[in-house]
Amino acid sequence: MPATDIHRTIEAVWRIESPRLIAGLMRIVRDLGIAEDLAQDALVVALEQWPKSGVPDNPGAWLMATAKHRAIDHFRRNTRLERKHEELGRELGEKEMAVPDLISALDDDVGDDLLRLVFISCHPVLSTEAQVALTLRLLGGLTTGEIARAFLAPETTVAQRIVRAKRTLSEKHVPFEMPRREDLAARLSSVLKVVYLIFNEGYSTTSGSDWMRPALCEEALRLGRVLAELAPQEPEVHGLVALMEIQASRSRARVGPSGEPVLLFDQDRALWDQLLIRRGLAALARGERLGVARGSYLLQAQIAACHARTRTPQETDWPRIVELYSALAQLAPSPVVELNRAVAVGMAFGPAAGLELVDALTADRTLENYHLLPSVRGDLLKKLSRIEEACIEFERAASLTNNARERTLLLDRARACAAG
Amino acid sequence: MRYMMIVKHAEDKGPPPQALMDAIAKLGEEAAKAGTMLGQGGLGPTAQGARVVLSGNRVTVVDGPFTEAKEIIGGYAQFELKSKEEAIESAVRFMELHRKHWPGWEGETEVRPMFGPEDPPACRATTHELAVGVK
Repeated sequence: MPATDIHRTIEAVWRIESPRLIAGLMRIVRDLGIAEDLAQDALVVALEQWPKSGVPDNPGAWLMATAKHRAIDHFRRNTRLERKHEELGRELGEKEMAVPDLISALDDDVGDDLLRLVFISCHPVLSTEAQVALTLRLLGGLTTGEIARAFLAPETTVAQRIVRAKRTLSEKHVPFEMPRREDLAARLSSVLKVVYLIFNEGYSTTSGSDWMRPALCEEALRLGRVLAELAPQEPEVHGLVALMEIQASRSRARVGPSGEPVLLFDQDRALWDQLLIRRGLAALARGERLGVARGSYLLQAQIAACHARTRTPQETDWPRIVELYSALAQLAPSPVVELNRAVAVGMAFGPAAGLELVDALTADRTLENYHLLPSVRGDLLKKLSRIEEACIEFERAASLTNNARERTLLLDRARACAAG
Repeated sequence: MRYMMIVKHAEDKGPPPQALMDAIAKLGEEAAKAGTMLGQGGLGPTAQGARVVLSGNRVTVVDGPFTEAKEIIGGYAQFELKSKEEAIESAVRFMELHRKHWPGWEGETEVRPMFGPEDPPACRATTHELAVGVK
């Protein structure tokens, strides 16, 4: 195999293996910076040896064994250092561990280690940006450069962010462990938030042509699927996976030939990816079967599923969607959820009923700079034949959006109103 | 990027050894845990299948088995992976299991990218998808 091919193979192996490698190493060294360095060392050895010896039959096990040896060396060095310290009359740290224990520790099932790695990457001592960057780097195997491209940030900024995050975790002695039972719900919700944020980031308002952005959607989906296997008893994990699978199923239908956004009701449903829909509905069923109270991801997934199951927009079960949005509004009250509930109410019970809810939101002013509010209001007014008012709302919506294509769409609607 | 793996081999090699089935199940489990495998399936004997052929402006149905075929499709799997190299690596692992657990077996796994949208998929995920701006 030519050297360049070998290097690309090694890169692929690295992508597949690095999270498990780092997670396994974390168990002994308990420091993200060191664990990552040791994993990188193993990669360097592979880059030196594999072009000569060929790729081993089980490259993952090879990398792990090599990293293990490095870990043991590291440990021995530290022990010697600690002994020296002891000789100098200092106290020996409690962390001392016999080498054989390290080896057996590394041979244990890595599933729990991966989950611990997810929890530590999304730890609340870190800022959201740091959580996202660390998760993509450690769990997604993305390079700093790729993360920077995806978030349109300078590479040095992202690199700094990652270095600082690792330092913070180390300085605050954040343990590499499963959250305590009483913390689990909050910690899990911070993990799910990070994954969903990565997914949402996959849609770009400014640089949709950048291939890294769709790659973020895929990475978030993959992380979600991994979480579902690691924490199968958590209904919200399945809810999030279902939500992402179903939303991703529409990606082909969401954009028109010249890059313009296509609204849900105008989408060609034949373009929806049925494989992803099936997976999404299966994930939803898995979450629902767990039988506890629905969380916000499950509720959102149920809403998404209502659309996914419907062959034509006209068959949409609007009363059911109203019901789900009402449940969501109770669980996680937000003006944006309320706006969506208003749309559903408008479809289920007529535009006047919807407008009543929208007007309450307009009076509330929280959403006064949110372009979808006048956009929805314009739609309802138009249905009520209050054309002039509708026209003003569409123009207002157009002035509030930062997305050029969306603005064009809204101005078109304003013009259509004026002409009609 | 989505890849289809198509496994081809001669028919009538007898049932695969249990050890291979177990190893494949384990590999599949790992792929599911890694979040990369979207779906898979094994195909039944060609004796229970048929070919629908368009030739010479005529559509004809030819019942199985496909005795003249040197290789038949035995199964497939769909993966979501970052590169062709990753796809090849997955296929290599799959074939290595055959080498280890089924001496003498020969066949191939064809690795093919699947068509996605022409434009990069704008994967817009709005939590609030009903609002008018929703894609």
